[in-house]
Amino acid sequence: MCLGIPGQVKEIYDMNGIRMGKVDFNGIVKDVCLAYLPDITVGDYTIVHVGFAITRLDEQSALETLALFQSIGLLDEELRSNAAEEEAA
Amino acid sequence: MKYLDEYRDPDLAQRLFAEIRRITTRPWAIMEVCGGQTHSIIRNGIDQLLPEAIELIHGPGCPVCVTPLEIIDKALAIASRPNVIFCSFGDMLRVPGSAKDLFRVKSEGGDVRVVYSPLDAVRLAQQHPDREVVFFGIGFETTAPANAMAVLQAHRLGLRNFSMLVSHVLVPPAISAIMESPTNRVQGFLAAGHVCSVMGTWQYRPLVERYHVPIVVTGFEPLDVLEGIRRVVLQLEAGRAELDNAYERAVRPEGNVAAQQVLSEVFEVTDRAWRGIGVIPQSGWRLRNAYRAYDAEARFAVGDIQTRESPICRSGEVLQGMLKPNQCPAFGKECTPRTPLGATMVSSEGACAAYYQYGRFIKAEEVGVAR
Ligand code: SF4
Repeated sequence: MCLGIPGQVKEIYDMNGIRMGKVDFNGIVKDVCLAYLPDITVGDYTIVHVGFAITRLDEQSALETLALFQSIGLLDEELRSNAAEEEAA
Repeated sequence: MKYLDEYRDPDLAQRLFAEIRRITTRPWAIMEVCGGQTHSIIRNGIDQLLPEAIELIHGPGCPVCVTPLEIIDKALAIASRPNVIFCSFGDMLRVPGSAKDLFRVKSEGGDVRVVYSPLDAVRLAQQHPDREVVFFGIGFETTAPANAMAVLQAHRLGLRNFSMLVSHVLVPPAISAIMESPTNRVQGFLAAGHVCSVMGTWQYRPLVERYHVPIVVTGFEPLDVLEGIRRVVLQLEAGRAELDNAYERAVRPEGNVAAQQVLSEVFEVTDRAWRGIGVIPQSGWRLRNAYRAYDAEARFAVGDIQTRESPICRSGEVLQGMLKPNQCPAFGKECTPRTPLGATMVSSEGACAAYYQYGRFIKAEEVGVAR
């Protein structure tokens, strides 16, 4: 039950005074309560737990983290190739 | 799917594994608190692909596993009543009570229904004014906002036939309990990302300071978990203890303020018994007095409950990281997901179920993240 999954907000509507939305999880669209994300708009990504959007996924930090992973590997490779060159020399 | 596939990239995973191998010089024991992370770790074989010096200790963060037996027995008693529609998340149905489980109650004629969201239970109460609709409100800080909203909504709609059996648990007091245990081996924590999405990261700073232990807020995809481990190891190797956030795309330091407001409106902190572990002070939420009218425990006198745990099950040790599931003599023999002796074999977030599902008889190379 705790496994939150990311989805994209496709539509926002009102149900009995509660802010709701249609959220697309890789092709499966579900009705999700958006009451806890008053600022979220159509097109944004969110993480949903038991039918409630609990947080907005921030594109900028998502990309930054991925860039960090890329650089980690490269740094390591560089160190290794430097070491190899030193050994060869 | 955006934000999923990128964080499962096998090449990047290799880089992270290599980096962790490069920076690790000594043995370290790191606990992933959340059952969702345990699932991801076992599914992807992460624990087996890490350097041997790093041991991952699986934490108690499986809500289904730690819901106290007494509450399960109360749920069974309430669900057995003729006029009750008992609503629950699906993974509670197979959790063994003292004598049976909700699934059995259902097959014996009880009206037990699986709902996706607690708001579905509120809707059922609207549709069936002549029936008592009870929702089984369990979980950590991640499910609590949903359950709190369901209570508020029932209140707004003036529903008198809706109530909730509440047994919420909280992560920070569990971390304290682990650190204060005389048998503790944990040297660093991966904090549960989605709990922090709701509650923020600030709650963990006092723990970092009090216990001088690194805590890194971590996500759930393979690369998220690896990055969390890398950051804990970096701190441990340098002798540092800091609060760090490796899941920035989903976790803001202040958390979800709107959710926190509703939580403190509806719930208050209380002592809570954790199944297999015992009472942890101030480790749960219950309904505030103002919402006591929606408290199923108060509404249904369920009488004397005599709880009885399986004498064979060792889930308490599993939940406290003292025993790996496949070290339990009953694992995969008397105890399987079809015949669970303990709650940790039921939920996909339970360590025993994860070990079983991903055949912890298989070699590391054959599971998950490609070498
Ligand atoms: S394998 Fe089964 S019996 Fe053993 S600890 Fe896990 S749930 Fe309990």
